[in-house]
Amino acid sequence: MATVKASMAGTVWKIVVAEGEKVTAGQDVAILESMKMEIPIAAEEDGVVTKIIANEGDFINVDDDILEIE
Amino acid sequence: MFKKVLIANRGEIARRVIRTCKRLNVLTVVVYSEADVESLHVKEADEAFCIGKPPVAQSYLNIDRILEVAKESGADAVHPGYGLLSENAEFAKRCTEAGFVFIGPSADVIASMGSKLEARKTMKAAGVPIVEGVEAPVKDVTEAIEIASRLGYPIMLKASAGGGGIGMQLVNNAEELAKAFEGNQKRAQSFFGDGTMYMERFITNPHHVEVQIIADDNGNVVPLFERECSIQRRNQKVVEEAPSPFISEETRTRMLDASVKAVQHIGYVNAGTIEYLVDAEQNFYFLEMNTRLQVEHPVTEEITKLDLVEEQLKIAAKQPLAFTRDSIQRKGHAIEVRIYAENPSTFFPSPGTITAFELPTGEGIRHECGVEAGTTVTPFYDPMISKLVVWGETRAIACERLIEALKAYKVEGIQTNIRMLLKTVTHEQFLKGYTTTKFVEEYYLPQLAETK
Repeated sequence: MATVKASMAGTVWKIVVAEGEKVTAGQDVAILESMKMEIPIAAEEDGVVTKIIANEGDFINVDDDILEIE
Repeated sequence: MFKKVLIANRGEIARRVIRTCKRLNVLTVVVYSEADVESLHVKEADEAFCIGKPPVAQSYLNIDRILEVAKESGADAVHPGYGLLSENAEFAKRCTEAGFVFIGPSADVIASMGSKLEARKTMKAAGVPIVEGVEAPVKDVTEAIEIASRLGYPIMLKASAGGGGIGMQLVNNAEELAKAFEGNQKRAQSFFGDGTMYMERFITNPHHVEVQIIADDNGNVVPLFERECSIQRRNQKVVEEAPSPFISEETRTRMLDASVKAVQHIGYVNAGTIEYLVDAEQNFYFLEMNTRLQVEHPVTEEITKLDLVEEQLKIAAKQPLAFTRDSIQRKGHAIEVRIYAENPSTFFPSPGTITAFELPTGEGIRHECGVEAGTTVTPFYDPMISKLVVWGETRAIACERLIEALKAYKVEGIQTNIRMLLKTVTHEQFLKGYTTTKFVEEYYLPQLAETK
């Protein structure tokens, strides 16, 4: 299991995958908004999204969990 | 003149407006978010009101709360700065309805320039050259491909409500266009709430040149020359200069004339900027109009010796311009660089606390800055922390001063783009005046790869 974490502090702008969805390494799974910039967050490995932890609109800090991939 | 002005902004531009107000004996009121309690604009204003939580939607974009503060403080006018609510027609309208003078053009004019497709139509009617393309929304892929075969590839596919490079895509053939169309339309719908798409012929390797306009309520329109803002990263400007080292005197005259015509056609009042793309043959095409003060306005101030914020205030207070196109002379050359809290290689923002901050001094050097040692740059707002502006009798002298100043510019505790700026302004292509919008891709990024 792998947890996708925030690479920097910001607001979760969009979660672009759904629970149960298959993803491949390098695919964008969420977009953070920080300092007026959209920061795409990619999955680091192939798998299935098992749990979405962060909600759109949440403010999260660096290294906070966004979602889990199995 | 006004007695008290509310500044609906933050950072360096709020301080910039405060400075001119103080000189004109106008009292200032600022609003701020919980993240900006310690900021310089709050300390320097005559009055300051906390209006909410750090995210802009809960503070700096809260029109109701800002108007309450305006009422409570007894302000008679509102200066929107740039960004935030500055090009929000609803805000301009609400200010006026509540009895405050909005320091900028009318709400109708802001709205008419806010839709890119609408602006294209209006400028074409005014006789301003526009990039060959469509004047009506493109309905679907079939229509897009039909139009493209008429215009010829490559094509720029754009969202009418777009901005900052979002919803914009270059396509080279029908297959790419078919692939891009629906995705971009959906993205524009979700980003801007408006999926209207249009298309333009692609201009290869263009320069970005913009004309500063100032217009009063009595129909006087004066163009304050141009700014070359070609050096950009992520579709945002980083180095701006005036005059443009690229355009000829003849092109300059044609661009200024076209801009005056455009402003007269739409009945624009106050300071505004018309942005153009200029191709290698010096043909220029309307890009968009910014209905507010620009980040890079200081380079125009440096070559004209005008204070554009003062002019904005006077125009809003119904005073006529004290100069004409013939009486305004430009002198020397000015360059501005934007200092961003960001990684100089990836351009990703870098929030954090500034531990040391020292600004260079010297002849022809000017600073516009929103931070000091101890300031925390938060993730909530634009990463630009300050601007360095230099003036010299010639472009070569300005470049020399800029390079020395950048070398002495000290920001510690956060990452900044100073290294990127130094590499850019010491590059022989920049020194020669070769500054197209492809500069960062063609000259800066390859250098990084070599030094790795």
